[in-house]
Amino acid sequence: MTTTVDFFADLDRALAMALPGFERVESITRLSGGASQETWAFDALIDGRSEPLILRRSPGGGARVTESGNSVALETEAVVIEAARASGVAAPRVRYVLKPADHVGHGYVMDRLSGETIARKILRDVEFDAVRPDLARQCGTILAKIHQVDAAPLAHLLPVIDGPTQLRRYRDLYDSYNYPHPVFEFAFKWLEPRMAKPRRQTLVHGDFRHGNLLISPRGVEAALDWELTHIGDPLEDIGWICTNSWRFGVADKVVGGFGDLRDLIAGYEEAGGGKVDIDDARTWIVYGSLKWGVMCMSMYQGFRADGSVERAAIGRRSSETEIDLINLIIHGKM
Amino acid sequence: MLELVKAVQSFIETRAMPELKGHTAFHARVAANALGIVARELETGPKAAEMEKAQLARLLGHEGELEELNRELCKHIREGKIDIESSALRQHLEQTTLDKVMIDQPNYSGLKIAKSR
Repeated sequence: MTTTVDFFADLDRALAMALPGFERVESITRLSGGASQETWAFDALIDGRSEPLILRRSPGGGARVTESGNSVALETEAVVIEAARASGVAAPRVRYVLKPADHVGHGYVMDRLSGETIARKILRDVEFDAVRPDLARQCGTILAKIHQVDAAPLAHLLPVIDGPTQLRRYRDLYDSYNYPHPVFEFAFKWLEPRMAKPRRQTLVHGDFRHGNLLISPRGVEAALDWELTHIGDPLEDIGWICTNSWRFGVADKVVGGFGDLRDLIAGYEEAGGGKVDIDDARTWIVYGSLKWGVMCMSMYQGFRADGSVERAAIGRRSSETEIDLINLIIHGKM
Repeated sequence: MLELVKAVQSFIETRAMPELKGHTAFHARVAANALGIVARELETGPKAAEMEKAQLARLLGHEGELEELNRELCKHIREGKIDIESSALRQHLEQTTLDKVMIDQPNYSGLKIAKSR
């Protein structure tokens, strides 16, 4: 495996200069690759001990390119993670940010923590039974800490994407497909007055949901993947983890299929996040469902380009979000 | 037509999938589920579309093609010509969505919430 990685020697050289006691990279494996970044797992021999690390890098080492244009630069991601960690947020420690002279590309190296990110395991496996009832409160605590990070030093790095801006963006995206969905129109209309005014602005994780939460039988170990972080309404993070699409079939557990909203709010308020109004939270859950619905439409447009069965089928998943919107708006059911 | 689709779906599920591994097995499942959507669409789709069209005609006050009526409804909602508090609108949206999800994702948790009322 290691011999086929073209940047292996350069990574080794860069870390030798950056990390005291570094001896060598022992093995490296590609974990996943998307349009916006590659993730590599590797072990580094440091002071005679093997340390598990992660390299997050832009594809082929180039500058990050994304469809949505919402992602921050990998270097910014690293700065935000360290700022969040300094405020007590559970996130992986950044060990090194790549420099152009390293010839490894854009990206950074961080600790590889142990835990699970696959929702079905977290929601169903016996080893998580004991911790599951406590996860919603822990998510509340982590979110409260993220939202209390001093955003002023980060302001020049991060875009401001508040409620009204988000709604307008997804409205534009929806309009661009020219495919009428009366339920989405209904939801946009319902949300417009409720999201019209920008409110409290804080650091926002931007993608706080299963897949990006590292969970072990001890609890939530870390918030991962800060690619969509920005300055915005803190309720966005609360609404997103409560969107039914992230409950993986356990609909009565509003928070990620594992917990109750009141527990998340209790953890949030206790950790100094401030008061959360249930109706305001519901507005952001509605927004989460609408956003996911428009994202499904957007993935379906991708199918027209690549013809894969998976992408063809996901277009049909937008109707899931339509029934969620009906439940939420018409019947007030989360 | 329906029998043909069901036969292919059953072939994928009972004969092909046990022979497949990894990513291909996953995509075979996705393919079988997609054929399930097609089968349900063939079975209940035309009737649901007729009802949707009739309801739209009542809401909008004139007949028309399904897609054109839906476009008009979207425009009316957007421009505020139809009040989103209107119970006729809400009933229409709920009924058409239920019919759609029954075809697209009959096991979806949100459908159970909707039916639990």
